[in-house]
Amino acid sequence: MSSKPSSEFPFSPPAPDSPANHNPDGTSLFLPRDDLNTLIGKLTADGYQVVGPRLEQEAIIYGEISGADDLPIGWTDLQEAGKYRLQPRGDQAFFGYTVGPHSWKKFLFPPVAVVATAERDGTGWKLDTPDAEPPKYAFLGVRACELAAIKVQDRVFLGGPYTDPIYQKRRNAAFIIAVNCTQAASTCFCTSMNTGPRCTAGFDLALTEISDGFLLEIGSAAGNAVASGLSLQPASDEQSGRGESARQQAVSQISKHMDTTDIRDLLMGNLQHPRWDDVANRCLSCTNCTMVCPTCFCSSVKDVSDLTGDHIDRERRWDSCFNMDFSYMNGAPVRNSIHSRYRQWMTHKLASWHDQFGSSGCVGCGRCITWCPTGIDLTEEVAAIRSSPSSGRSERPPISDAEVSAT
Amino acid sequence: MTVAVDPHNPWLARTVRIRRIVQELPGVATYDLCFDDAEIARNYSFRPGQFNMLYLPGLGETAISISGHPRRVGVIPHTIREAGSVTTGLAGLPENSCIGLRGPFGSAWPVEQCAGRDVVLVAGGIGLAPLRPAIYELLSQRDRYGKLILLIGAREPSAMLYPAEYNEWRDAGMQVEVTVDRALDGWNSHVGVVTALLDRVPLENPSGTLLMTCGPEVMMWYTIQGAISRGIPADSIYVSLERNMNCAIGLCGHCQLGHEFICRDGPVFRYDRVASILKVDNL
Repeated sequence: MSSKPSSEFPFSPPAPDSPANHNPDGTSLFLPRDDLNTLIGKLTADGYQVVGPRLEQEAIIYGEISGADDLPIGWTDLQEAGKYRLQPRGDQAFFGYTVGPHSWKKFLFPPVAVVATAERDGTGWKLDTPDAEPPKYAFLGVRACELAAIKVQDRVFLGGPYTDPIYQKRRNAAFIIAVNCTQAASTCFCTSMNTGPRCTAGFDLALTEISDGFLLEIGSAAGNAVASGLSLQPASDEQSGRGESARQQAVSQISKHMDTTDIRDLLMGNLQHPRWDDVANRCLSCTNCTMVCPTCFCSSVKDVSDLTGDHIDRERRWDSCFNMDFSYMNGAPVRNSIHSRYRQWMTHKLASWHDQFGSSGCVGCGRCITWCPTGIDLTEEVAAIRSSPSSGRSERPPISDAEVSAT
Repeated sequence: MTVAVDPHNPWLARTVRIRRIVQELPGVATYDLCFDDAEIARNYSFRPGQFNMLYLPGLGETAISISGHPRRVGVIPHTIREAGSVTTGLAGLPENSCIGLRGPFGSAWPVEQCAGRDVVLVAGGIGLAPLRPAIYELLSQRDRYGKLILLIGAREPSAMLYPAEYNEWRDAGMQVEVTVDRALDGWNSHVGVVTALLDRVPLENPSGTLLMTCGPEVMMWYTIQGAISRGIPADSIYVSLERNMNCAIGLCGHCQLGHEFICRDGPVFRYDRVASILKVDNL
């Protein structure tokens, strides 16, 4: 494939009136069920490594797929706070689940990546950065909340004064096939975060699954190029209607809500609220929420040497603000309590993220709720603070003169 | 301003050679670093208050403020206290060793805004190191500023940093006052915390005075309260904050303090912008 995906940063969706933004004849397109395999095959032939949902480890996770048979056909997930179970649907749906513990960030922002290298060179060192080309990924099954999460991480890794070359290369090459949700988990709250469930932008192709196939939308020139190789048919009104009802079903099933009104000021104005102690009694500081979160970006770079000590990789790994060492400075962690670490995570995600990146860090996917071993639900934590905001910030407690040492 | 860090490849460290090591205090030394590559050396510049990431292959990186003269090209001094594994590793290196450097990073002291104003600098302990480039810069164009007052506090007389330079700074037109927590025989200057020194220093026009402070957070906190009670406006007070910096480019999340990334938005902040978050413990 010669054309480049237009999901490339900075945000450059095709102009609204460009042909790529519309299906060729202005009508909805229909991809027969059996032709999903053709789409996967075409992407593979175009040099993409296709990754999508798979049944593994008793969950629906994202991994490499070689055909439609690898998808979790006929399976769904039951989710609630602290609970995730797979269950047969009783049909043959490819995408009849919501979201699992994985997110696409593991491909764009790999859990382990070498950011720089050092090779002993005589008495000194040759310092370098790796320039290997990463895999060219095609993501199959990206939900609306996940499109939003990718956009959030675009701002983090590509929108500041320094860009992360590892993320950038992977992001630029990625082809995105979104899938509209047709059901919602009890943990979903994308409607509160204005991120879903409908996929509206940020994809190359978007699918809505109906029993006999998919309604297909084209979102970019690259999507158009791929679609042109498929045996697409115009969708009938009946098919379009079924797609619309399926999408509406997801909206109707969303039961969780988070009131985001003035949430930045609400949380930053309640940094001393007693609720932080309350949640600290339930939080294990296990880092699960940050690992499953599709936007959490904290990491640490450490030197990893071979046995000779002559070849060193500077290895970046996902880290978490829930780890005690994360804030370690001058001999002690700054955030030395679960209270302070939970507060950091939630105020960053929902409040200070707005200052830093111009949007919330939360996309309402509900993963942190499902995968919390003690079932902490951030929407309930926000509601609790909102229902009894503290009257104001208390001052730093007085410190004795003896502590005001110059050193 | 700087071309040493490629915004699109910010992980690349450059080789620097330790040209000279000056033992300042027990466990504290100044390392004069020079780029091996002449072109990088020529293009490298920094502003007072900025920092570099120093890299020892096998041990890792550490954020160190630049403590040299911003107008002196070619040599980049860093005053470093042995604390963690990287700084301890550095302490074991002889002169002429090569290490890595990424930088400069971060915000700078507001030297430009000092023109025509009285300026008070308050340093605690090794906090004098990040202020020294501002001192050099102010003194290099002494006529542009009003009164220049430097207040230095240390634990004890032997813990005073750069003592040999104080008289040079005085001769160049800066009032330098020193104080120690614990005096010893032969000490004939102030005793007490540096914030007490600030209470006593004469300020002719506090509302037009600019204050910069660097030291332990609690020392800066009381310095600021003292400065405000003397009539220096909160928006004329600048602090240099420290947090655990891992990437220096705003991507790793470690150094967040409220909504600020200390590495990217700081380390130098105007006080009124961070006043509310400094009031909260363990943030």
